[in-house]
Amino acid sequence: MMYEYQNIFTRVQVHGPADYGAPMKPGNWPREKGVTTNWLLGILGDAQLGPIYLGTLGIASLLCGFIAIEIIGLNMLASVNWSPIEFVRQLFWLGLEPPPAKYGLRLAPLNDGGWWQMAGFFLTASILLWWLRTYRRARALGMGTHIAWAFAAAIWLYLVLGFIRPLLLGNFSEAVPFGIFPHLDWTAAFSIRYGNLFYNPFHMLSIAFLYGSALLFAMHGATILAVSRLGGEREIEQIIDRGTASERAALFWRWTMGFNATMESIHRWAWWMAVLCPLVGGIGILLTGTVVDNWYLWAVKHGVAPMYPLDLTAPVLDPAGLAK
Amino acid sequence: MKISATALTAALLGGTIGILLLIPMMLTWERPPMDSQQLGYRGLGMEEISNPRTAKLLEALNKAPVPDDPVENDGVLVKDDPANYQNVQVLGDLDTAQFTRLMNSISNWVAPQEGDNAGCAYCHNLENMASDEIYTKVVARRMLQMTRNINTAFASHVKETGVTCYTCHRGNAVPKFVWSTNPGPKQAGGFAASRNGQNLGGQAVPAFASLPYDPFTTLLAPDANIRVVASTALPGGTGGSIQATEKTYALMMHMSEGLGVNCTFCHNSRQFSSWAESRPQRVTAWHGIKMVSDSNTTYMDPLASVFPANRKGPMGDVLKVNCQTCHQGINKPLYGFSMAKEYPELSVPNP
Repeated sequence: MMYEYQNIFTRVQVHGPADYGAPMKPGNWPREKGVTTNWLLGILGDAQLGPIYLGTLGIASLLCGFIAIEIIGLNMLASVNWSPIEFVRQLFWLGLEPPPAKYGLRLAPLNDGGWWQMAGFFLTASILLWWLRTYRRARALGMGTHIAWAFAAAIWLYLVLGFIRPLLLGNFSEAVPFGIFPHLDWTAAFSIRYGNLFYNPFHMLSIAFLYGSALLFAMHGATILAVSRLGGEREIEQIIDRGTASERAALFWRWTMGFNATMESIHRWAWWMAVLCPLVGGIGILLTGTVVDNWYLWAVKHGVAPMYPLDLTAPVLDPAGLAK
Repeated sequence: MKISATALTAALLGGTIGILLLIPMMLTWERPPMDSQQLGYRGLGMEEISNPRTAKLLEALNKAPVPDDPVENDGVLVKDDPANYQNVQVLGDLDTAQFTRLMNSISNWVAPQEGDNAGCAYCHNLENMASDEIYTKVVARRMLQMTRNINTAFASHVKETGVTCYTCHRGNAVPKFVWSTNPGPKQAGGFAASRNGQNLGGQAVPAFASLPYDPFTTLLAPDANIRVVASTALPGGTGGSIQATEKTYALMMHMSEGLGVNCTFCHNSRQFSSWAESRPQRVTAWHGIKMVSDSNTTYMDPLASVFPANRKGPMGDVLKVNCQTCHQGINKPLYGFSMAKEYPELSVPNP
């Protein structure tokens, strides 16, 4: 095998013959021929662009994704009476709303949530086809399917929000609208309606894994960059044959924290840390409204939420129940 | 450490994109320093953040007016002097001197401009002051009744301060902050998706969000249910839909904007629905919502046949009041200055 070494710290971009990778097994489409190199891409990563493998799944996924985005975009455009100027000006505010509760799980009229259902169907189809593609391409290369399963964790959260939870509650009005600010408003309203999501233990866990992922990513990236002058970023070689870079990185963490990952286990830490974020997050969303209606009251009941001193000399009472 | 050309390029590129995003964002910000005031128990984030510079601008916009000097009673009630006063349906029990003073004040509060249709002439036919031919006179009569109703039936909200015409009008024939049913700009219709009353930018309510732009028509109606948060830990209690929650959210944004306060001025944001953990101001605000609803349904809506089309909203309903109509950005309108004290005739029950 030809020795290959490129990373962001190499000022010189080496342009050799295009790398087409391992030979394909029978039953696969042939790889596309178009391969080029790009200097700007080389600044960020590998300068080689292509060969892209499109395949049946890729084409079907792109088609479904295109249909979904068309449905969402054209309905947004319709909501500003087909004005392209207003479409651009208000793009972040525009949205496509799920059907009102009265339609339950039935197909809603197009102008009252039907388009949302259709966009949701095609977007889900697109995502699932793309998942299958990541699985199949990994298999075709003789790789493990870690990427596909990590992607599946994100799809789990997406499906809980837009499909599984609405299914359990019996109507699609509980689902998330499409749109930049509309989905953020939904998130804020969702937390308020269900009594403050911060008191949901699975939300707490999800946040821990989210921040943990960021921290771990930074720690790992920093460690490897710090020993790259000793060849530390050639992680695969370091796994097979631990060199001085690996030794020093490990010793650094033993010095500072007493314990260290290995060149191999750090990637398992990272994978689980990241995958658990949407996994437990999805569980937290799934429990909301189905088995717990108000997380704050739930937390008070189970001693999770602390109480603060109230001014008992002038208690604030709900005026609705009091005589005027 | 040597800086490579690629790292420099990447930093320059990132920096340029960052600055291009930052500048338009910064235009929507207010510069520090801000003042903050603790409103609740420590550690709960219950604090009022205010900008001393915008506060100064607001002060200029909300200057307390000078009430007209008090006058001696004539000893004659309006209703006992039919030679001079006819068709006085609301203020008949007033001394004629007080009546004249109040009329003069009202013209200053509502139509102070010079010209043919200002001052007394904004409501009255100067040839026949008793005539109801100008619609504004009919409206003004109803508004006097509304003012008295607010000051007597809603002391729970206006407390000792009370309101006068000026609280809302501030020298404008139509108060600066009013609302009518807002259908939003035209949408395509047909089988294209309905906006469902939300998801527009640049609407007055609720400022920067995609929340419903007309929370008033439904939520300020009598007996509207504003409460959306689940009432019990487990399912089985009461609670609204997500869409209803967004509408309540929009109404709360209006209250926050209208009063120039944060959420925590009334609520403990860890549980918006909890009365025990709220500040007493929330009870005052609750009565305010009832007051606005009553003022609109009892006093404004019935004037639909009186107002001309140009004094109505796009859906043909009359212009109505909300929190901002009186408050105008201040949690106590006119910083709590009580002009009603100088006009006690506005704080008696309607005959």
